[in-house]
Amino acid sequence: MAVLAALELRALTRSYGERLALADLTVTLEAGQTLAVLGPNGAGKTTLLRLLATLLRPHAGELRVLGHALPQESWAVRGRIGLLGHEPLLYRELTARENLAFHAALHGVASDRAEQLLAAVGMERRADEPMRTLSRGMVQRVAVCRALLHDPELLLLDEPRANLDPAASELVEPLIGRSSGRTRVIVSHDPAGLLAEADLVLGLVRGRVRLLAPPDALDPSALSELYR
Amino acid sequence: MSAPPTRTVLAALLRKDLRVELRSFESVPAMALFSVTTFVLFHFGLRQDSLSGDLASGVLWVTLLFASVLGINRLFVADAEQGGFDGFLLSPADRSALLLAKALALLAYLVVLELVAVPAFALLLLKPSIGPALPGLLVVLALADIGVAVIGTLVGALAVRTRARDLLGPLLSLPMLVPVVLGAARATEPLFATHAGALPLRWLAILALYDLVFALIAFALFDFLLED
Repeated sequence: MAVLAALELRALTRSYGERLALADLTVTLEAGQTLAVLGPNGAGKTTLLRLLATLLRPHAGELRVLGHALPQESWAVRGRIGLLGHEPLLYRELTARENLAFHAALHGVASDRAEQLLAAVGMERRADEPMRTLSRGMVQRVAVCRALLHDPELLLLDEPRANLDPAASELVEPLIGRSSGRTRVIVSHDPAGLLAEADLVLGLVRGRVRLLAPPDALDPSALSELYR
Repeated sequence: MSAPPTRTVLAALLRKDLRVELRSFESVPAMALFSVTTFVLFHFGLRQDSLSGDLASGVLWVTLLFASVLGINRLFVADAEQGGFDGFLLSPADRSALLLAKALALLAYLVVLELVAVPAFALLLLKPSIGPALPGLLVVLALADIGVAVIGTLVGALAVRTRARDLLGPLLSLPMLVPVVLGAARATEPLFATHAGALPLRWLAILALYDLVFALIAFALFDFLLED
């Protein structure tokens, strides 16, 4: 039986004005697999995540996410994607509980799901405090809850463990780690940690593919070349 | 995953906007303070404390217009700066719920503004008693507020995605709001005459038609404004 491709990118290209942010990217990722994306600043990693999240439109090439062509069928995949990016997408004046209730309403999810997630990340006692009063690590934990509220099939993670201490990292691991069983695209500057949980590694430099291979087939020198 | 009911999304968006405003006090106090300060300046600048007719009507509506622009400029700022746009766009929620929620939030801000500004205007500048004019004035305020809310939401959504949003907001909204202010001022003029006249139905009809046309335009364009 053929395995369903969660992501199919064919010659995907995106630019900002004159500047090419992502050029001619071709990748296929099966459902349940993890794609690790590496590269220096400005490599196009965040652009790739935003394209996959339906927040940007491709300028050329083909993009299929969870079996649907984007941007034509964006409506069919919104609500099936969880994005945990640089920004927590949480209102500073609202409490964690209010933020999650707001996002639960946008996704048509019962609010007890928010309570389960808050408990899972150890934030239930601070959940009635405004986000602006919480530490960055705590905000990141609530952002994990926000990204997972609607039980997404595809997780797009940009430095997901940023600001988390080891104990908090352990708490979020079952939710966003390999054991979650979700298809994941992870962006990180920590190759060592990332390779351990990847099925496929994509290295980008200035929007172009420099590396695309399973982690066990990687030449270690190729990784260090990415950042030169 | 199916989209949540629009009514649920609308309620969540509106509740969020009002909560953020109640806790941050970023828009309404500035709008109210601006209008009262302007009336004080007119009071001393014109060396008159008893305006009537077209001058009274003009002073009231131009002041309310500029105070409204302050609210329009801030309407989407929290969403743009704190990732609320992305959070909304990632959800399967009906896009028109955002238009309606923002227009209702701005309408609420305008009502609070007028609860402060109209008594202050009557106290500082208006020659005839506000009492007999009040029922007619409420009708004009309602029609003008709907126009300002719809156009303000449309312009706010357009301006907030640009770098020059503080400049673009007033530049776009002021010309588009001129017919609203003109209609409202003409409709109010007989109400503020020394011998109060009847409400001119022709100007009310023009205001209502302008509201309707822009509501339809906003409904048709809003989705495109949110997309990349």
